[in-house]
Amino acid sequence: MRRFWFVARGVAWRSIHNTLVSPAILVPSIAFPLFFLAAFAGGLSKIAQVPDFNYPPGYTAFQFVFVFLQSAAFGGVFTGFAVARDFDSGFARRLLLTAPQRSGIVAGYCGGALARWFVTGSVVTIAALLAGMHVPADGSELVGMLALGILANTVSALWACGVAMFLRTEQAGALIQMPVFVVIFLAPIYVPLSLLTGWIHSVASVNPATFVLEAARGLLANSPVDVLLAFALLGGGIAVMAFWARRGLASAERAG
Amino acid sequence: MVVEPANASGLLAQIGAVGRRSITRTLRQRALLIFPMLFPLILFAINGSALSAATKIPGFPPVSYRAFLLAVPFMQGALFIAVTAGIDLARDIESGFFNRLALTPLRGSALLAGQLAGGVVVAVLQSVVYLLVGIAAGVGIASGVGGALVLLVLSILIAFGFAGVGALIALRSGSGEAVQAIFPLLFVTLFLSSSSLPRPLLRVQWFHDVATYNPVSYLIEGMRSLVITGWNGQALAMGFGFALALVIISLTLANIAIKNRLVRT
Repeated sequence: MRRFWFVARGVAWRSIHNTLVSPAILVPSIAFPLFFLAAFAGGLSKIAQVPDFNYPPGYTAFQFVFVFLQSAAFGGVFTGFAVARDFDSGFARRLLLTAPQRSGIVAGYCGGALARWFVTGSVVTIAALLAGMHVPADGSELVGMLALGILANTVSALWACGVAMFLRTEQAGALIQMPVFVVIFLAPIYVPLSLLTGWIHSVASVNPATFVLEAARGLLANSPVDVLLAFALLGGGIAVMAFWARRGLASAERAG
Repeated sequence: MVVEPANASGLLAQIGAVGRRSITRTLRQRALLIFPMLFPLILFAINGSALSAATKIPGFPPVSYRAFLLAVPFMQGALFIAVTAGIDLARDIESGFFNRLALTPLRGSALLAGQLAGGVVVAVLQSVVYLLVGIAAGVGIASGVGGALVLLVLSILIAFGFAGVGALIALRSGSGEAVQAIFPLLFVTLFLSSSSLPRPLLRVQWFHDVATYNPVSYLIEGMRSLVITGWNGQALAMGFGFALALVIISLTLANIAIKNRLVRT
């Protein structure tokens, strides 16, 4: 176990260091959620006037929750890009040779993804508060929302690590990103689930991201809904994706 | 200096030679073709349904949200063309191929025009696909068949202008990574425009102001007018005007950049 944490700490530290000292890595991961917040909360605020739209904290808060969780998921995706880059540069192969406990590598990358998201999530939260977001939630509800973000970040980071370790090339970027993007965008982003119609309503109704998003929106609005279900879904997601990432690591080990 | 017909045909032959290579290379890279074409369609499918409630906002044009949104994939596709064209050129610079070309009698303008040919072919392909998908999704073109053709011309012109932007960045930086890095910035111009709602319905003042001064709003509105309004002279004039300005400015600057790079070589 000590060896596991030793490797995880080292990989996480390197991941955090690389992110913080490289503007080319840090800026896009901060800029994208901010653009989403500006475009959706700013550009689409009139959507709140649609009949039956009912989210008391307002449209900025409604969109903030989405951007908060989206930035968490994309924190994991961007870490997957870093893993793929490490394989392209040959660093990951050297790491596999020297790490005394290789599963610590995946844990380290996940730690890096979480640290990356803490930076992005903080910036997005500050931006939303500056934009006048109303926050009716109490302390425990905010902690609950943060926990949902942490779990979403971990699910996404494990998925991204798995893909990057299976393919071991930067060209895996689209494959890492696209499924996460599609799952997120098939949730009720712009209006509540009840206002969606047609095929998007059918898909969103069974999309796990919908339950996580609606639970987080409920927590922020001080009227929790399906919180346990959201945590259970994310917990299940972590179990499945941990298995996936472990298989990816095994594939990378076999490739040498 | 008056260009002799022989010179003119020589220039065309040079453009043709570089262009053939650019087109062949682009068409061989399926990832460069499929992903940029698919991504706007996925967003069109999702947003076209997810934002359909927006049609209930007082003041929204009396059309389906899909019809309102159809211009956006054309715009997103044009932004991807900037990256495709820029990366292809940057790769030639990074690999040294550009330097070897510079040792030949090839003219800078021929090199630039030829290099953009691949991007233009992709623009034509994706514009036709977006139009067909839109029609298949039940969107009617208010300006008819003629309007659909004008829509294709305008979207290809816009893509050509953005291909010039990509080429300019590649020539100035000589790095594919720099071209990639500029992509989010280009995408911001789409976010901060009237892509999702008509400008009069943008309630937040700063967003409304930015969208009003953002030329991308007028490029989108020019294309959108053909789909939802019919023949709207003002929207088309603004759309074509900004598209032509983009082409002229980006190609002029890219031409200067290519001359500077050839001198350095």
